[in-house]
Amino acid sequence: MEQMFFFYFAFVIAAAAVFVVAVRNPIYSALALLITLFHVAGLYVTLHAEFLAAVQVIVYAGAILVLYLFVVMLLNLRQDIRYHRQWPMAAVVGATLVIETAILTAMKGWTAPVVAPGTETIVGGTGNTEAIGDVLFSTYLFPFEVASLILLVAMIGAIILAKKDLGEPAES
Amino acid sequence: MTVPLSYYLLLSGIVFLTGVIGVLLRRNIIIILLSVELMLNATNINFVAFSQYFQHVAGQVFVFFALTVAAAEVAVGLAIIIALYRAKSTINIDEFQLLKW
Repeated sequence: MEQMFFFYFAFVIAAAAVFVVAVRNPIYSALALLITLFHVAGLYVTLHAEFLAAVQVIVYAGAILVLYLFVVMLLNLRQDIRYHRQWPMAAVVGATLVIETAILTAMKGWTAPVVAPGTETIVGGTGNTEAIGDVLFSTYLFPFEVASLILLVAMIGAIILAKKDLGEPAES
Repeated sequence: MTVPLSYYLLLSGIVFLTGVIGVLLRRNIIIILLSVELMLNATNINFVAFSQYFQHVAGQVFVFFALTVAAAEVAVGLAIIIALYRAKSTINIDEFQLLKW
């Protein structure tokens, strides 16, 4: 049963990812990415990461994708631009990654890594959100604050960059 | 019947590869950013799969931070795209070859 769900999610994620890259119209591309993100959220649920599934839907599908669609529609793009002439480069990089994956898949006999004793936190059990919050506000408190700083900087940067008369002195 | 870890790694590898090829082949800057999102999601799948495998919640915390960085990247990236479009009225990446104009 679990495997059936995994194969469904994996197939849709992979197919929609190919659509994102291959489709001509940027709006269809963004919508294919939306399908991918929803199925990644489903995959998180099967992995018992329910909090992340909710965050994935809210942040990625709710905020990021809407921003993309907003910009695509704001710019009112023509559809005449498509592929680069970088096929050799892409083929080399792609072949390298494929060979690496094949080697790693074919490599038998690797020992399963073990958790360092005393550091494991139970993912399920009392509640996924509770476990994440517990770790986030104790062990990872400083990175959490830095993340808020990153968001602040990104917000200011976006406002400055998208302002109309950049670099020109205000005349009034 | 549970799913082995290697299946998740393989799926993540496929999605990452698709993202890399999208970045290298497409000329539309918006699609390139969407491909970057694909790559970020591939790494996130990896993180969550390992988090479940080790029964350790730290992987999910890292996905949380990756989401934060993705949101920041989208905000700044789209602002840059809008600024570029104002300057050149195109978002074909071949047109942007100068550092200053």
